[in-house]
Amino acid sequence: MTTVDNLTVKASSKTLMAIKTGKRPKNMGQIIRWLLLFMGGIAMVTPIAYMISTSLKFPHEVYNLNFIPDEPTIENYTYVLEDGRFFGWFKNSLVIATLTTISNVLFDSLVGYTLCKFRFPGRTIIFVAILSTLMIPTEMLVIPWYLMSQSFGWLDTQWGIMFPGLMTAFGTFLMKQFFETVPDDFIEAARIDGLNELQIWWTVAMPLVKPALAALAIFVFLGNWTAFIWPLIVTNSMEMYTLPVGLSTFGDEADVAWELIMTGAAISTLPTLVVFLVFQRYIIRGVVMAGLKG
Amino acid sequence: MATVSIKNLVKSFDKTEVLHGINLDVADGEFIVLVGPSGCGKSTTLRIIAGLEDVSSGEIYIGDKMVNNLEPKHRDIAMVFQNYAIYPHMTVRKNIGFGLRTSKLSKPDREKRIDEVAEILAMTELLERRPSQLSGGQRQRVAIGRAMVRDPAVFLFDEPLSNLDAQLRTQMRLEIKKLHQRVKSTIIFVTHDQVEAMTMADRIVIMKDGDIQQIGTPFEVFHEPANMFVAQFIGAPSMNMIEGVWKDGSVKISNNLSIAMKVERQIADGTKVVLGLRPDDLTVGDEQKLFEGTVHVLEPLGAETLVYVTVDGREVIAKASGRTPPKMGATVSLSADANNMHLFDAKSGEALT
Repeated sequence: MTTVDNLTVKASSKTLMAIKTGKRPKNMGQIIRWLLLFMGGIAMVTPIAYMISTSLKFPHEVYNLNFIPDEPTIENYTYVLEDGRFFGWFKNSLVIATLTTISNVLFDSLVGYTLCKFRFPGRTIIFVAILSTLMIPTEMLVIPWYLMSQSFGWLDTQWGIMFPGLMTAFGTFLMKQFFETVPDDFIEAARIDGLNELQIWWTVAMPLVKPALAALAIFVFLGNWTAFIWPLIVTNSMEMYTLPVGLSTFGDEADVAWELIMTGAAISTLPTLVVFLVFQRYIIRGVVMAGLKG
Repeated sequence: MATVSIKNLVKSFDKTEVLHGINLDVADGEFIVLVGPSGCGKSTTLRIIAGLEDVSSGEIYIGDKMVNNLEPKHRDIAMVFQNYAIYPHMTVRKNIGFGLRTSKLSKPDREKRIDEVAEILAMTELLERRPSQLSGGQRQRVAIGRAMVRDPAVFLFDEPLSNLDAQLRTQMRLEIKKLHQRVKSTIIFVTHDQVEAMTMADRIVIMKDGDIQQIGTPFEVFHEPANMFVAQFIGAPSMNMIEGVWKDGSVKISNNLSIAMKVERQIADGTKVVLGLRPDDLTVGDEQKLFEGTVHVLEPLGAETLVYVTVDGREVIAKASGRTPPKMGATVSLSADANNMHLFDAKSGEALT
């Protein structure tokens, strides 16, 4: 109680001092922080707002840089949703992003867990080799990927679009780092309790790294949902296009139909929102430590 | 229940040998405690018995079966870890029942077994809680419950009380002892706390630097220590060690001080020896004085007071009554029964009495 009283006295005297010396009691650093965050928020929200705004405009109004359309219309949405191609692309993107996400969550975590919790010769070399692939830019990999797809007959197929991203070095690295936080005692206790290594990974280790799995799922889904270059290269037919590739074909050689592209883009953000909302609740740390001392 | 037998166990990590040929036989239903300072190899020994570490050489038997190459799950053991290792994403019920996942029991039988164990551990009301909603003692009880539910041949405890506060530790110590009396299983318990070892064990194994120093009952290791390390490790405060030279049936400590002792074995005159006196065996202010000194520190513990006495330049600790302790700076006489004195070879550290 005495300590609290002392603190109150100290705080009050500080405020009084500030008033006497004419200084403002508010923290300038905090104001600057808020200002920067506000500007950051504006920078992020503006393109989305402009995308929605453009999707509600008629073609003749697209190049007017006003946020609120003079004559708002949902005609673009009707056009895009009635266009059979859009749902095909949407389905392709959804299948590819979902399967790739599941594959990454399973295999990146399996490899990460193995590299983290097992001691075997060459473990470090394998990990370094996986990490080193992060340093190779995608542009350099596109040609080998294409040649592989060609020789395996995967050109213009969903498998062709998916295969380079089914496992990622980044995901493996992320999961390995998170598995480091799972104490070995958990694994050993399960081993004594009679579980095999695959059961331990699935029943004990995986639930303890849910936040990392959620983060990985969001990254991978968004990455594949918005992927453009590789799907553009590996697909030839309209039916195999993914959403970003398909949307870029709206319009004709003379003019780009921005209002339709923006409409498609606006609709295509919905699955990403759902994925984020579903997984964000898992991004809460601190679960792991609850079963330990303290 | 089962016996555990360790024969010539050697363990090396890379080129460092950490266990140098351990031999130990644990009887069926015995409560054995491995005790020693950090790095003595007690936890490594336990982990090898559990199958969590490989054997470099030697043999481990559980019952009649050599288990060197068996997976932990096939050894019929259960282990309680220092950090509890209960799964935070599962309820207490699921945690306790986790060990039964691979058993052949039907679901109703499993539930019945979980309820029985929860009742023994007084945890029935906590079964639907998660570990984060439990106190340290309750979490440790869940860990014990998870081990109990499988009804293993051998229980292994790896410093399970280290993370509990002093009061809870005393309580859990009693509970584990009661549990042993109830289930009568073989228990191998690792601790660095000699009080835990003394209070719980049927026999204590004292280890140092990868070797066993002594195996004996609490009475034996306290009253008949095999060497200076055991003598000093067991008992608090530690045994007083006073260096001297053996001459004519006495320990000559200085020109003015010699203490006569009855020793059965032959000791050559001039042998450097160490006289061991437990603080509990020293009487302060007795007329039959062994030696005299000045009190320079008093540590009141309530029922008794630790008296630090300077004797001929050496510090000797004695225990005095808590009600009538000597005064600071006073000159006091200290005496001891000759039967309670210990003599060690100064060079090898081995007991000579």
